[in-house]
Amino acid sequence: MNSSLLFIVLLCLTLFSYWFGIKRSLKVAGGAEYKKSLISLPEQFGLLTAMVCGLPALITLLIFNSTEQLVIEQLLTNTLPIKIQQLSSIDLGLYLNNIRSIASTETSQTLLQNISSQTLEQTSNASLITQYQGALTLQTLNQQASWLKTALVLIIAVVSVIILVRKFSPTFKARQKAEAIIWGLLVSSSAIAILTTVGIIVSVLFESIHFFKSVSPAEFMFGTQWSPQTAMRVDQVGGSGSFGAVPLFAGTMLITFIAMLLAVPVGLMIAIYLSQYADARLRRFAKPMLEVLAGIPTVVYGFFAALTVAPVIRNLGESFGLSVASESALAAGLVMGTMIIPFVSSLSEDAISAVPNSLKEASLGMGSTRSETVINVLLPAALPGIVGAILLAISRAIGETMIVVMAAGMAANLTANPLDSVTTVTVQIVTLLTGDQEFDSPKTLAAFALGLMLFITTLGLNILALKVVRKYREQYD
Amino acid sequence: MTNAIQQTRKNAKDNLDMNNSKPSKLLSTTEIVALSLKKRHKKEKRFKNLGLLAVLFGFMLVLVLISDITIKALPAFGQHWVQLDIDYKSDWLNIEETSPETLLAEQLKTANFRKVLRNSIYQMFSSTADKKLSRSEKRELTKLFSTNAEFTIKDALIESPVLLNKQANIWVRLDDDVDSYLKEGFSDGEAGLRLSEQQAGWLAKLNAEKRLENRFNLSFFTASDSREPELAGIKGALVGTLLTMLVTLLLSFPLGVAGALYLEEFAPNNRWTDLIEININNLAAVPSIVFGLLGLAVIINLFELPRSAPLVGGIVLTLMTLPTIIIASRAAIKAVPPSLREAALGLGASKMQVTFSHVLPQAMPGIITGAIIGIAQALGETAPLLMIGMVAFIVDVPTSIVDSATVLPVQIFLWADSPERAFLAKTSAAILVLLALLLVINISATVLRSKFESK
Repeated sequence: MNSSLLFIVLLCLTLFSYWFGIKRSLKVAGGAEYKKSLISLPEQFGLLTAMVCGLPALITLLIFNSTEQLVIEQLLTNTLPIKIQQLSSIDLGLYLNNIRSIASTETSQTLLQNISSQTLEQTSNASLITQYQGALTLQTLNQQASWLKTALVLIIAVVSVIILVRKFSPTFKARQKAEAIIWGLLVSSSAIAILTTVGIIVSVLFESIHFFKSVSPAEFMFGTQWSPQTAMRVDQVGGSGSFGAVPLFAGTMLITFIAMLLAVPVGLMIAIYLSQYADARLRRFAKPMLEVLAGIPTVVYGFFAALTVAPVIRNLGESFGLSVASESALAAGLVMGTMIIPFVSSLSEDAISAVPNSLKEASLGMGSTRSETVINVLLPAALPGIVGAILLAISRAIGETMIVVMAAGMAANLTANPLDSVTTVTVQIVTLLTGDQEFDSPKTLAAFALGLMLFITTLGLNILALKVVRKYREQYD
Repeated sequence: MTNAIQQTRKNAKDNLDMNNSKPSKLLSTTEIVALSLKKRHKKEKRFKNLGLLAVLFGFMLVLVLISDITIKALPAFGQHWVQLDIDYKSDWLNIEETSPETLLAEQLKTANFRKVLRNSIYQMFSSTADKKLSRSEKRELTKLFSTNAEFTIKDALIESPVLLNKQANIWVRLDDDVDSYLKEGFSDGEAGLRLSEQQAGWLAKLNAEKRLENRFNLSFFTASDSREPELAGIKGALVGTLLTMLVTLLLSFPLGVAGALYLEEFAPNNRWTDLIEININNLAAVPSIVFGLLGLAVIINLFELPRSAPLVGGIVLTLMTLPTIIIASRAAIKAVPPSLREAALGLGASKMQVTFSHVLPQAMPGIITGAIIGIAQALGETAPLLMIGMVAFIVDVPTSIVDSATVLPVQIFLWADSPERAFLAKTSAAILVLLALLLVINISATVLRSKFESK
């Protein structure tokens, strides 16, 4: 039975055990009319039975599925000739893949036929016979594993229900037990957040350490030459590649800077206007309108940047006699700024409206105009909140991927000219990791080192932003 | 003078003693203020206009973006077809018409329809028998029609086998270059885009004979990805999106709600709870591409789940949207009045019963709104899916969550990279579809929210 079918069977079994638990509890009570003698409701008995039936079996199924392939591979390798077992891990993997593809395309009967015909011919094709035999073993193993899985899961489900049901008595605390299980489920769901963080840190850190074994951290952090694409073959001349990430950092900063140059003034002015000047009607209309900007997927912005904004900027630059790269940092930065405007405006509006009204009223009461109030009272008071918003926006811009992948270049130029093409950290992560390549090459691992940098930077910015905002809150609360 | 005014203002603000200010000896403070009023009001007006300008600029950006994409997308909804006189000669088809009917049907499936197509076209365009087409002319001529044309005429013959050895008028698709050329509105016979003068002349002739027609391009919605723009559609990507979103929803909704319930209703005030909260807040701000790295390193390389599968995509997007859903659900749960909990507790309900039968139903509309927002975020996400290999060129429509698949945003990314001109329109059209989906999702969230609020 395959896993999805087994899952459905298990689901039916769980539903059945709910009903079964209710029936058994009533029987223990001595009939439906005596159900008051039970310490818990029959439905609670049913719920407990269903959970006891489903959960252990489901966990078994998950564990089995995740370890199945590994075990089968090991068993298969043990049946292969010693010569093949001693191959290097990469060659062995290739060999096993070969066997796997044979096993998945041929039926066992044709395999048997092939083996017998090959043996009859007495040809020197011994390796082919071993492969066929391996495929045959694999098929048997797969079949056995499938049976084992089905049997194991179903037996666990049934046995745990039987053990539970035998304990049923009128004083059996079914509700408390069921609630304890639910509590455990709730705790583990909330712990997923921690697991995710740990997973990110461990996976990225682990691969980065691998990477830093072949490239020194100093070279990575301070080198100015980035050309990972040369590291294709070991015997290649200059095959080591160079992994100086400074051009990437510079490119990221350049594009982020351009984006902020657009997003901060515009976003801030929108926030000020909407919170201080606009009437309710305009606000009602403007807010959803700006939310549209925030809700557009980044891939759409990328398309817009690459196919609309970039050509416009190039034509404009050429009409002034400037040479503009077709993938200029300016185009990517401006479009990224557009994306971030609503982010800045909504966060700064929150910050501005959090300033106590008494401050504003005092200033207006003293005769200053609204703009004077905004510039001299509200903005200074809301400054920490606005700084927090800008920091969050910067972190957002640094981590933004699709716009720069589509609109910024691949070439790692170390330049401050916004009309030139630059590349960013995220662009390089995507280019290094899309497509098939072996996982252990420094080229692939470099992506994880860049990911680590990205994670640390954005995390740092977020923590800093939260600190700034919190400090400011304490001031007025 | 401005200095003095600023000083005055500052004093007012800081609530300082007025003695500190040093007004000019000649004029009183009132006079200084009165004199400066005009300038200050001008400044005020300028500032206000600047704000209005920023808001209008925001509107303009939205309009430019949407209209630019819509204008670019429009051509993709039409496709030019051409009526050809197809001669189903049996010797071109390489079949024997005398064969019995069952055998004939078999033969038709493998017959040489390419030859029929080409010879029929050559016949149509070499009107006078003495004027033969040169080899290069023939090549240019066949380039006018979609590679799919031979299958169209094949289907037509299989549908009505009586056409064998007869001439039939069959509509077939034009090639994407020709399609783009026609949509650009060149004058008759003018060379343009990637069409030579000769080809343009033929098209003009076809047009004069009223053999060209611009039809609604239904195959954009019913076909899967293709290298040929005139055949490419978004069905595969749509199904992939649907499957991925299904996985995301099924995983993130229960997990998110459970996590939020625990944090709001059960969690004791200790370091463990603090740790979870800090983690959730930080994860909400981690760049999405980092989740892709996690998916690649852990889900694909460690657990060996299949690459490019909606299952893996769904898991990665779940991890990404979980913080959003938890934060929104917590807000909704927090909004449930405590009196409700206390009443239920007072009647002897257990904490768990209170949570699941009173708090959760009350908070549900808010939770669902949060989940919808999370799903909308996941729907537009591209970067993490690139990491886990959902960028492959996939022609088949996925049928299960472990098949190779792609999703709509990734399809947009792939098409945007294609050099063919016709893909530009296709990309924009796919973006419109994506935006329409997002709009529907967001509107349903808004409707739900307003329904909830009116209660």
